Amino acid sequence: MIMGGNNKIIAFCCAESAYRAADRAGRLRIHYPDNVRVIRVPCAGRVSVLHILKAFEKGAAGVLVMGCQEGACRHLTGNIRAKERVKYAEDLLKEVGINGQRVKMVNFGPDMAQRFAREIEEMVEKIKEE
Amino acid sequence: MIIAERKPLEEIRNMLAGYKKILVVGCGTCVTICWAGGEKEVGILSSQLRLASSKDGNELSVMEAVVERQCEKEMVLEELGDKAPGVEAILSLGCGAGVQMMAELFEEKPVLPALNTTFIGMPEKEGLWVEMCGACGDCFLDRTGGICPVVRCAKGLLNGPCGGTRKGGKCEIDPDKDCAWVLIYHRLEKQGRLNLMRKYYEPKNYRAVKRPGKVQAMQA
Repeated sequence: MIMGGNNKIIAFCCAESAYRAADRAGRLRIHYPDNVRVIRVPCAGRVSVLHILKAFEKGAAGVLVMGCQEGACRHLTGNIRAKERVKYAEDLLKEVGINGQRVKMVNFGPDMAQRFAREIEEMVEKIKEE
Repeated sequence: MIIAERKPLEEIRNMLAGYKKILVVGCGTCVTICWAGGEKEVGILSSQLRLASSKDGNELSVMEAVVERQCEKEMVLEELGDKAPGVEAILSLGCGAGVQMMAELFEEKPVLPALNTTFIGMPEKEGLWVEMCGACGDCFLDRTGGICPVVRCAKGLLNGPCGGTRKGGKCEIDPDKDCAWVLIYHRLEKQGRLNLMRKYYEPKNYRAVKRPGKVQAMQA
């Protein structure tokens, strides 16, 4: 918990991959923690450092930026940009005294529903450990 | 344009210690271009300040604003005229000129610098700016093929190169940097003006501009 006793996780999901994987996880009835809030974005490259910081500011305990696998971005370099921004956000959070591991970039394809659930579980575990 | 870098968060927070309501002001011109003090950077710093103070259990209200040009009185007053009176301190993400303009306009409250103004430069590639001009007040570029040895030569030599140039035309002080005088030689060679290299130039008048500098332009 960072602020206000919240343990909410925000997952920014690329509409082309992670959002479909989340959808698929639902259809396959795969269980994953219910404290995650999925935000559909047109591309992981749409997520700016400011979106990540604002999520923490509003009380999120962790942020996942989920995009396509490298080389498979529909917008060519959106996922690469997202990776760099997540790295920058990590540094900014560390400067504030928040563990940089609370923000993570994940790359996977639209059919990887299990992986989607696993990544969320891992983030929940990480937050619990702290 | 003017290049600046943000100060470390810790230094900024130390400056702000004791204030409960602040206004973070960016500048929409040079420092926006060099990613140091534009709208996005104002948002990031404000967010970091809110997060840090909330983590420490301190109460800090952070307002945000961006002035098109912080060094222009009218633009500052138009944007901040109604925002500034309600805060205890103003944190400027402008260059030194911006900070001083605001400090003059809002004399009754502290205007604090969040940036270190570093030099006049231009972009080399995305996200990388290099110094190009030392604002010496006595321009020498007509004799050097448009390459300034005052700032681009590590030793600021007017009659170079120094003799320490490395193989490949690199500087002896920093092997990653090009020797300015090698660049000048090649540029003048292309222009057929190598004779300029054979001339000796007297030491430059570095006091051409009396500090503080002042320029009165004629209206065209």
